[in-house]
Amino acid sequence: MNSAETVIQARGLSKRFGDLTAVDSLNLTVRRAEVFGFLGPNGCGKSTTIRMLCGLLLPSAGSIEVLGYQIPRDAEALKRRIGYMTQKFSLYDDLSVGENLEFLAAVQGLDRQQARQRIAELLERYWLADRRRQLAGTLSGGQKQRLALAGAVLHKPDLLLLDEPTSAVDPQSRREFWDSLFELADSGTTLLVSTHYMDEAERCTRLGILDQGRLVADGSPSELMVALPGSPLLVECAQPRQAQQALQGTPGVLALTQIGNSLRVLAAPVQANDAAAVELIQQRLRNAGIQAQVATTTANLEDVFVSATQRPPHSSGEHP
Amino acid sequence: MNLRRLGSIVLKELRQLRRDRLTFAMIIGIPTLQLVLFGYAINMDVRHLDAAVLDQANSARSREVIAELGASQVLNLRYQLSSPEELNTLLRQGKISAALVVPSDFETRLERNERSVLQIVVDGSDQVVQASARQLAGFPLPGSDRNRSGRIEVLNLYNPQRLAPVNTVPGLIGVILTMTMVLFTATALVREREHGNLEMLIATPVSPWELTLGKLLPFAAIGLVQVSVVLLLGKLLFAVPLRGSLSELYLASLVFICASLALGVFISTLARSQFQAMQMAFFTFLPQILLSGFMFPFAGMPKAAQWLAELLPLTHFLRLVRGIMLRGAGLAELWPALAALLLFTLLMLGVAVTRVHKRLD
Repeated sequence: MNSAETVIQARGLSKRFGDLTAVDSLNLTVRRAEVFGFLGPNGCGKSTTIRMLCGLLLPSAGSIEVLGYQIPRDAEALKRRIGYMTQKFSLYDDLSVGENLEFLAAVQGLDRQQARQRIAELLERYWLADRRRQLAGTLSGGQKQRLALAGAVLHKPDLLLLDEPTSAVDPQSRREFWDSLFELADSGTTLLVSTHYMDEAERCTRLGILDQGRLVADGSPSELMVALPGSPLLVECAQPRQAQQALQGTPGVLALTQIGNSLRVLAAPVQANDAAAVELIQQRLRNAGIQAQVATTTANLEDVFVSATQRPPHSSGEHP
Repeated sequence: MNLRRLGSIVLKELRQLRRDRLTFAMIIGIPTLQLVLFGYAINMDVRHLDAAVLDQANSARSREVIAELGASQVLNLRYQLSSPEELNTLLRQGKISAALVVPSDFETRLERNERSVLQIVVDGSDQVVQASARQLAGFPLPGSDRNRSGRIEVLNLYNPQRLAPVNTVPGLIGVILTMTMVLFTATALVREREHGNLEMLIATPVSPWELTLGKLLPFAAIGLVQVSVVLLLGKLLFAVPLRGSLSELYLASLVFICASLALGVFISTLARSQFQAMQMAFFTFLPQILLSGFMFPFAGMPKAAQWLAELLPLTHFLRLVRGIMLRGAGLAELWPALAALLLFTLLMLGVAVTRVHKRLD
């Protein structure tokens, strides 16, 4: 990979708030036109990292280079070339859709002519043309996200940072929103998106899993699934709930999920051998007096997340 | 500084203001309400004040004068007294607001054309009563030179020092501007922070000067509207004179408006919430209203209080506005006050802008 294509380069990045270490010696490389996903539970340091990358927070240690600028030194120059979408809707509720965009266009330095064209174009692209006069505060969650995205890309930024952009949006709108993100990536924009949804993480071209301020996994979703150290197993039996109770809390079992009439088990690596893991689980169930079929199954991103962080994923998240 | 960017912030503020009905109502509502309340409280033409008569002369002429004063309808002569002690008791109890005292040598005084022929004793703790009693002082007395007034002596009990209404209305311009201007801008930046708008804004190329001035300029225009409202109502309702130049008055007001707005923006950079900003704003109102010379004469205050008052913008504005409106003075004579206001504005604005960080920590 050509180093000129590197958009974000962070080395040993740390941020401490008093005794709390929010981000801990993070190394991160994001290349041009990537859709880089930051996956992690709430409070794992995703927002803090994004804020440091766009110069809104001073790092406690480490170096950052974004689009060739040294951050925080050149933060003001960088701000002309990035778009930043905050976690909470941060446009003005008491301005209309059109007024919000006109304001942002002027702030971003577009002249009147450019602003008019660009706003018309974006209203069309993000299905907001008929909402132009509506106050932003009265839009639905999905419409607000599309407006915020339009506001963040008005000046055609080279890099777009999105902090949990879909946390308050229904599934249909989330899919549409992600389609819009890929459209941007196709036109050469680099995207850094944080999320705690597995289905969204799976769509990223590259993924970083963040746990307690540390980057515990980094790669494309398929690479991460292939390299999964544990063994995902499927247990078929008459009483999956009893099987779950029997395996709950036993060593070597990382996660248990009941799916319909079967039980999905993520077993810790046993001699790097799936067959050994199958044998181990079967043994356990027999000891509990449960007759069951145990077989290996294909890994999913949730398995990757669980084995990387050694704990279950965000409980309220939707899973594919 | 980019003018298009500055203009867009001003426009945005005006649009938000138009939709904020409460604030919008405050722009006209506060000056009108305050002027009418303060103005009438001081200048109200009171009638039928409960009063007593202590006629120690009890002559035909004294009865004639008492009857005429009673017919003026200002006093409602309810009590006929026989001793000064009774008079004091009634006043103290608040049963009467004024008393007419005719001395026993009334006839002789009248013959000799003495300065003080009869007395009106007034409950000076009430400004309204005071003002009405003073009207009676000009009442002509029988059998004497009709053009000579002032022979009825008004004796102010409890409050010998009087507030003149003309002195109050110009001062009110300053008080009204202090309250509204500081409040408008004190919440300006905190509100954006609380609503999360600021995090989005500081990730854009907007500069601290653009942000600060953009928030301040719309309200400078609004301040001038308020000045006009007070001037117009003051003229229509209370016939307050304007002896100096109108354009100089507006210029002085504009500088004072900027000083108050800058103070507000400074508060906005200190406060952590809109509520805290309000508290801080009110904290600056009290010394301004009490020490500036609006409530109490500046010269009567202790030295330390005077020094403190020199730091407050309202003190300087009162000198300007009273000078221009009442004494017909020009800015050329009043320049120290104007310079003090300009200095205050630049200082506050400078400190505020350095406190507007484009970072979250």
